[in-house]
Amino acid sequence: MVHWTAEEKQLISSIWSKVNVEECGAEALARLLIVYPWTQRFFASFGNLSSPTAISGNPMVRAHGKKVLTSFGEAIKNLDNIKTTYTKLSELHCDKLHVDPENFRLLGDILIIVLAAHFTRDFTPACHFAWQKLVNVVAHALARKYH
Amino acid sequence: MLTAEDKKMIQQIWEKVQGHQEDFGAEALLRMFTAYPQTKTYFPHFDLSPGSDQVRGHGKKVVNALGTAVKSIDNLSQALSELSNLHAYNLRVDPPCFALQLLSQSFQVVLATHLGKDYTPEVHAAFDKFLSAVAAVLAEKYR
Repeated sequence: MVHWTAEEKQLISSIWSKVNVEECGAEALARLLIVYPWTQRFFASFGNLSSPTAISGNPMVRAHGKKVLTSFGEAIKNLDNIKTTYTKLSELHCDKLHVDPENFRLLGDILIIVLAAHFTRDFTPACHFAWQKLVNVVAHALARKYH
Repeated sequence: MLTAEDKKMIQQIWEKVQGHQEDFGAEALLRMFTAYPQTKTYFPHFDLSPGSDQVRGHGKKVVNALGTAVKSIDNLSQALSELSNLHAYNLRVDPPCFALQLLSQSFQVVLATHLGKDYTPEVHAAFDKFLSAVAAVLAEKYR
């Protein structure tokens, strides 16, 4: 079980309370597809991904980004039980979606940069640490049911 | 591979770093030590407390080296040859590229916090590629 200090929990929830899940999720997924273009392999059915502009404006990317980040919110609601929270999603990503877990790490890094650009100075080193820990735990939980 | 467009964006962003080398460098290192504590293992001989002169000095050194890389973006291997030797034979930051990747991430967070909206997805992609290229050159001679 992951141990969270009171400070870490506070840093995570204080940032999260100010996040626009739809915007932030769309931004994070778009950046994943732009910065690491090989990740587009999972989204062949999403239509036009031919340029950063196309990706950022793509409604399917935006909708899926919102879905992904909303799911992230579940981890934040259940910080003490992230493993169980993601059991089904882990199985899904392995058995149906066939996503290399390395991609979870990439998305985590991207999310951190999106938060940093959005919150600028308020994304302090301590915040960065807490969120890095969170994205690591989420990535680990999503990879847990792989076989 | 860095496109002409990438190189242009990198130069433009680098103009905003000018004059702030020490600050950005120190902040990148501080963020790296805070967010990825395992990186502190490479600096047992440093005072790592906030505001440390050693960290500021080293941060400035790192950012100046990146500046050299930006100026010689078409010939990173040659421009960073000395540093490449240093990292491979003396410093041996291990595993190759991984710890450097943490510095890359930390530096990008610094840029993002200072540039906000201006750290667009396109700029982010260009910089990520650039820093990966730099890290690859530094790890070239590991084995």
